[in-house]
Parts: sequence; structure tokens; C-alpha cells
Amino acid sequence: MADAPAWQDQLYDLLRQENITQFSYVPDAGHRILINRSIADPDVHSVSVTTEEEGVALQAGAHLGGARSVLLMQSSGVGNCVNFFSLIQHGRFPFLTFVSMRGDFGEGNPWQFAMGQATQPVLEASGITCVRVDSPEDVIPTAKAACTMAYQSEQAVAVLLTQKLLGAKAFSTGGA
Amino acid sequence: MSKMSSKPGLRTGPEEKVQDGMLERRHAVKTLLGDTSDILIVTGLAGAKDDVLAAAGDVPNAYTLSGAMGAATAMGLGLALAQPKKRVFVVTGEGELLMNVGTLATVGVLNPPNLSIVCVDNERYGETGWQESHTGRGVDMAKMAEGGCIPNVRTVTKESELKDAGQMLRESNGTSFVLVKVAPTDAPSIHRSRDASWHKGRFREALLGSN
Repeated sequence: MADAPAWQDQLYDLLRQENITQFSYVPDAGHRILINRSIADPDVHSVSVTTEEEGVALQAGAHLGGARSVLLMQSSGVGNCVNFFSLIQHGRFPFLTFVSMRGDFGEGNPWQFAMGQATQPVLEASGITCVRVDSPEDVIPTAKAACTMAYQSEQAVAVLLTQKLLGAKAFSTGGA
Repeated sequence: MSKMSSKPGLRTGPEEKVQDGMLERRHAVKTLLGDTSDILIVTGLAGAKDDVLAAAGDVPNAYTLSGAMGAATAMGLGLALAQPKKRVFVVTGEGELLMNVGTLATVGVLNPPNLSIVCVDNERYGETGWQESHTGRGVDMAKMAEGGCIPNVRTVTKESELKDAGQMLRESNGTSFVLVKVAPTDAPSIHRSRDASWHKGRFREALLGSN
């Protein structure tokens, strides 16, 4: 696998500076560095969830207990979360997720388009503010802004890491 | 067409009385929880929420859901990880737990020592017309908890088993799970505010000193 871009490590460092101690995820190539750093970090809980909605409820529980939690997921996982977003919206819980996008710029697997194109509308219909990141130099400033919105203003925020940023996954015509 | 064996038994309402050999849910949950003043509680919706309100009252240290079905156990996990010095109880119905049974695996591999899960199993979807649930048709939530790697699992069907199970929930050094089989009676719903944000603030003020 190619070397990861520098922003991925910088993003993990930022999230730790923001005192996030619970990282939940369904394994995803786009979040590989964040996931692996959380596994290697003895000071955080690295929570491998079986479906992304667990990570939504986990954040609400963490907030009840005074801790900060973040959900790392692929855009397809957003579809798995929808009913649990009602807990975030009605309870006015802070919520932060980083979404690695599929089904947008340069996608080569047609199965990804339905959920990929629905991701932002579904998040916004669920009361979650979306900020998109297309270029490496925007990742850290956007993530900082999202942390402030989520943890100081107690808003629900999704940072969408687009395929312009991540690069589209390469598929041969026989892949996936 | 012949009758399909996969269909549930047709249920039209709750049982009027607790039959001999069955546990009454309010009594069972109250006994399992014991003294609720020093624990944190997250409940699922409907009957499980009412069981806790009946046992503990409408107290700041119990966060009771009225929606987001399936969320209680993962919410309890987030709370247990955030508050390792507090014992966290999750009280949930079998219908709610079935909706997100994978959470048992998420919990099991982490095995937080301060998390205790009570599954109140009346084998019915009582809130929606008493339809038979999967557990009335052979599905065993305790086996699912064991299969999810939760180390301390017990099924309680008798009065004589409640005390030991309550002690396990209170003292085990590893996640514990009690499946309590209860009679499908219609215990009355208990009113409390359904403002989830207000409850959040009350819970945090009591636990953390501020919201």
C-alpha cells in the first residue's frame, strides 16, 4: 500500500489534542491511519463496532459520562445510522464523524453511487451539519473547525473526506 | 397452502396474571438492580424503561430512551468506557436487543469490567400489540451474549436465582449479562419527561457537576 499522506497522522494528533478518547469505526481503508493509531494508542479506547450506528449511540453515552468520542465511517455507513441520529438530534448531543466518501468523484464501482450520492442529503435531513474537504491543505483547518462546532457548540457535524482528497479506489472491471 | 412452521404464534394481548413458575418483571428488575443510588443506568425504550422507573424512580442517574430502538447497549458502553470507576447498568428488552445484537460482540471483545447488561425477556413485542418475539420461538439471547464473548452470562427463570444474578451484575470483574425471563403482563407505563436533552443535562449535572 502506498505511503499515507501526512494529513492523516496530523489529523490523529489533532483529535488527541482535542481530548477525544473513544474512536469507533467499521474498518475502512480511507481511515486506516486513524484506526491503526487508535489501536496503538494506550490512552484511548479503540472501538471496533459491528455497524456504524453503534458508534452514534457510543458518542451519546460518552457525552453522558463526560468523554469525547468520534465515529470514523465510510459513506455507506451513514445509511446504517439514520434512526440513531434521532438520539443525537432530539437529545442535542454533540456529535462528530469523519466520513470517507465513496460514490462521488471518479468512483469505479456502480454499487457505491446510490448511498454515496445520498450521504450528504441524509446527514442534513437528520440535523447534521456537513463540511466537505477536497484538498489536503484543508483537512486540518476543517477538522479543527468541526471539533469546535461539535465540542464547544455541541452541534452535530460530519466532515466529508471526498474522493478528490482520498483518491478513488482502483477497480479492474472484474473487481468487487 | 400448509401452515408454515416459521410463523409466530398469534397473540392478541398480554397475560392477565403472572403464571406459576414465571417471574413478574417489576419485581425481577428491582431485585436485580438492588440499590440504584450508586450506579449509572441506561435503559431501552418501553417496558424496560418502565421497569427502571418503577425500581429507581425518575432519578438523574438513569437515562431512559423512548426511541432510537437498539441504542441502549452501545450507549451504556460509551458511558462505561467514560466512567471506569462507576458501575453502569443497561436494562433493555429482548426486542430492542435483537435489533442490534451485534453490539454484544462489540461489548464482548472490549469486555469493560464495569458494564452490566440486563435483558428483560417477555417473549413479546408488548408495545405494539403483544406479537410474539423471536425468543418465544426458540431464540436464546443468553447464547448470543456468550457467542459475543461476554464472559459472565446467566439466565434467570426463578425467584431463587435473582439474588445471585444481582450479585454477579454488581461485582463481576468483566462484563456481565443476565437474561431474565418474565411473564408477558401489561405492567402500566410510567410517566416521565420525554425531553432527551433535559434528561441529558440532568444526568451530567448529577454525575459531572455541570452540563
